[in-house]
Amino acid sequence: MPMPTTQQFCTFFLGKQFFGVPVDQVQEVIRYQEMTRVPLVPKAISGLINLRGQIVTAIDLRRCLGMPDRKPGELPMNVVVRTSDGAVSLLVDEIGDVLELAQDTFEKPPETLPAAMRATIRGVYKLPEHLLLELDIVHAVGAAETGNGAVLART
Amino acid sequence: MADSDDIVKEFLAESQENLDRLDRDLVELEKHPSDREILASIFRTIHTIKGTCGFLGFNKLEAVAHVGENLLARLRDGHLILNPVRTSALLAMVDAVREMLGSIESTGNEGERDDQKLLATLTELLEPDAASAGAASSGAATGGVSDVALPQEAKAEAKPEKKEETGKEEIKEELKEEKEETQEKIAPAVVPAIEAQAAEVEAEKPEAQNAAASSAATAEHAGEKSAEPESNRAPEGQHKQEVSQNTIRVSVSLLDQLMNLVGELVLARNQILQFTRNTEETSLVTTGQRLNLIATELQEGVMKTRMQPIGSVWSRFPRTVRDVAIACGKRVRIEMEGQETELDKTLIEAIKDPMTHLVRNAVDHGIERSEVRAAAGKDPEGVLRLRAYHEGGQVNIEIIDDGAGLDLKRIVHKAVQKGLIQADEGARLSDREAANLIFLPGLSTAEKITNVSGRGVGMDVVKTNIERIGGTADIQSSPGAGTTVKLKIPLTLAIVPALIVTAAGQRFAIPQASLLELVGLGVEETQQRIEIIQGAAVYRLRGNLLPLVELRAALRIAAPAVEEKSAGNNEGKSAGKSEGKSEEKNVPVPTHASDVTGSGLGEQRGAVNIVVLQADGNKFGLVVDEISDTEEIVVKPLGKHLKNLNVFAGATIMGDGKVALILDVLGLAQHAHVIDESRDRETAEASAGAARDALQAQQRRSVLLFRLADGARMAINLSAVARLEEFQAGSLEKAGRLETVQYRGQIMPLVRLSQSLNGQGMAAGGDASLQVIVVYAGDGRNVGLVVERILDIVDESFQIDHQTSRPGVIGSAVIQQRITEVVDVPGLLAAIPGMERKTIPPTLGRSAAVGA
Repeated sequence: MPMPTTQQFCTFFLGKQFFGVPVDQVQEVIRYQEMTRVPLVPKAISGLINLRGQIVTAIDLRRCLGMPDRKPGELPMNVVVRTSDGAVSLLVDEIGDVLELAQDTFEKPPETLPAAMRATIRGVYKLPEHLLLELDIVHAVGAAETGNGAVLART
Repeated sequence: MADSDDIVKEFLAESQENLDRLDRDLVELEKHPSDREILASIFRTIHTIKGTCGFLGFNKLEAVAHVGENLLARLRDGHLILNPVRTSALLAMVDAVREMLGSIESTGNEGERDDQKLLATLTELLEPDAASAGAASSGAATGGVSDVALPQEAKAEAKPEKKEETGKEEIKEELKEEKEETQEKIAPAVVPAIEAQAAEVEAEKPEAQNAAASSAATAEHAGEKSAEPESNRAPEGQHKQEVSQNTIRVSVSLLDQLMNLVGELVLARNQILQFTRNTEETSLVTTGQRLNLIATELQEGVMKTRMQPIGSVWSRFPRTVRDVAIACGKRVRIEMEGQETELDKTLIEAIKDPMTHLVRNAVDHGIERSEVRAAAGKDPEGVLRLRAYHEGGQVNIEIIDDGAGLDLKRIVHKAVQKGLIQADEGARLSDREAANLIFLPGLSTAEKITNVSGRGVGMDVVKTNIERIGGTADIQSSPGAGTTVKLKIPLTLAIVPALIVTAAGQRFAIPQASLLELVGLGVEETQQRIEIIQGAAVYRLRGNLLPLVELRAALRIAAPAVEEKSAGNNEGKSAGKSEGKSEEKNVPVPTHASDVTGSGLGEQRGAVNIVVLQADGNKFGLVVDEISDTEEIVVKPLGKHLKNLNVFAGATIMGDGKVALILDVLGLAQHAHVIDESRDRETAEASAGAARDALQAQQRRSVLLFRLADGARMAINLSAVARLEEFQAGSLEKAGRLETVQYRGQIMPLVRLSQSLNGQGMAAGGDASLQVIVVYAGDGRNVGLVVERILDIVDESFQIDHQTSRPGVIGSAVIQQRITEVVDVPGLLAAIPGMERKTIPPTLGRSAAVGA
């Protein structure tokens, strides 16, 4: 049966919310890495990790999206994505499966989403059981850099 | 096809080198028009280019080179004399050749261009002018031929102290050999011709054993032979085989790759060394030591392969200076010192443009016109000196002109006019600071915009570019005597020795280059020798005041690792240790960076570690928690997301695999300086205020105004107020004799001010459903002050009349034109039974029990 165009997504959770990024933008997924905090940067930048000799900036997606912080003791996972400025690690709560999603289940983000989240979401895939939010990596990283995530989070 | 591509590439690389030399030689020749050696060298270079491009089928290029060669031939043979017009024409020819080569490099062909005018000019100049006609003699011409072999050698030998350059020359020449070989493969028919010629020449010139330069020339002739068989300037070529085997041409990207790998190796070695420190296994320890030695040598070796003498950048400056000087109608001589000073290739590339700009600037703006100079009693010919030398793991480059110096007043004026600085700021600047204003973007003091410089872009770009590679730029000027721009460039960017320090449990690397000394102070010394001037801590270092910057405060990392812990970060051993220590020291947690730098120091501190650093000529002391070892660190760039942080130069991976940030000392100094500046300003304002009314200025303060149930106006010092809260009257609970409320998971005792101060009953507050509470934070506890209404927060100067003081009240003052009593909270609490400082903990304990 000819299917509509599909795309593979690497999925992950932040709290109960289900997110995904296109698989071809993901370099690798690794467990929690020790981080070196960087002073004087926006809060969404959690620190630097050593990825086999390469230094990668880790960005806490919860903070980018204006979500509350992880509970103490809960270790985030690293989703290392490729960006035009090199690899960046996105800190997430839990990793899901790789899913193949059809384009025709895609919709623009609903207007009612909190501003911080709406700016960093490309749209929503309607899965049978739940919704998958596709993350806009460029926006998420950009928001972390400028500290906008934190600003938006407050509004 | 691939072969011929390779040949083109070789041709390009080599021609570029030759062209750089041409510029230099032509300018040199202009000064000594009769110097046959230089002339011969120039002729040979052009000849080579012409020959090779004829061979490769670049006809336009060949045509241009051909006319140039004709002119040169006539000059060499003494039929013509070199004059500025001819020099300019020849330089224009060099430019045309360079342009075409550039075009060949990028597009593969010579590009669409019309050289008719240039060709015409050059041809025109072939006509001898009356003056030069008689000079020719056949003897001179033959002399020219036999000298062909010598110039390169002669030049190199003339400067025996400049070994590096000689070496480089040799390499260049040897590289040419290679090319020659390639060509031989392509055109084997040419070889016998060369050899025949070589033999011939050797017969003429048996002493010609100095292979490099001349044999290279031979090589080029090989290519040219096919196109122009009648050419006959080929000296010996016998030794080329031997020389060519000593060097090979290696691509820079391969060297980069090697450098990266060595970087990784150094990291791995650091890690292994860390293991071996904790082991008894002797064989592992010895192996580790050997690895250490080998890695170090390998690192040095690979770094050397990337080193180039700075002269390779400078070689084009004589030309630049000549052109600019002629364009401005000035006479300028260039002197160079330390061309052999070596720098990493990437750095050489990086300083090329900034240096060119500085050189042009110096000639255009720095050096005056001859008549002005003569009037000022100076040599009409200006001197531009370039100096390079190693110092403390850095290369210093100085661009010194003996011109008029900077007009500091005008620079300051311009900067103020353009809104780059404030007027009062400008008035306070030191000469040096004022001079350095010219590095600000958008500042150009040129009277008229020439096509050379003065568009207000440039100096800031120079500074940015230099700083991007970890260097610094500084300018000094003395009126009438000249200007010196001083650049400091690191030798290499990749691997640097660094001191590892700890602050608030985090490790930081400080590049050794900026490190002057370490000072450790005991508790007593700390008390005595660290002094606070208006909030700025200073230390007396051998009689001089050393400003201190606290790393924790500067980076606002004073709260040690609470967040990391909550995020589940297991702090590493060393970091954990130091964290523990820093907590023992009980350093107060600062809330604002600005109020920490000084105030935290000296008083509460125990022993203090000071890292004395040098940034841009200024010394300052960095106060850190702990000083560890020095280590060779591999500098890794920070992601682009963090590039804006000028406080960090990059990051590195430590022996334990964790990431540590590298401090950018200059950036840190600036960062800390910003704080200083704002403090200076505050101080200045304060003193200005003091001049107006010393007493008032001192008494100015922020207070919270509120009203009690009986209508009394009261004030409380704002700094003692933590928060303002409202509670439902029902949420107040009784604990023993005290009223309390649950506040942020704790029990906070409440004090009804109207009751305690004015002896009124509780009835007044009882009917209000909402209780307004001022949370007072002091002595490490919270106490809620129940008031009737919050009125305002004011920042006013007022005088407290202590006559009216009573228990709990400091006195009264006129605030907002009304008499207001100022509450003395500690005094008040001390007067309330059960609230005294000492009995607080047991009281709280009891009340907790009662409350439950």
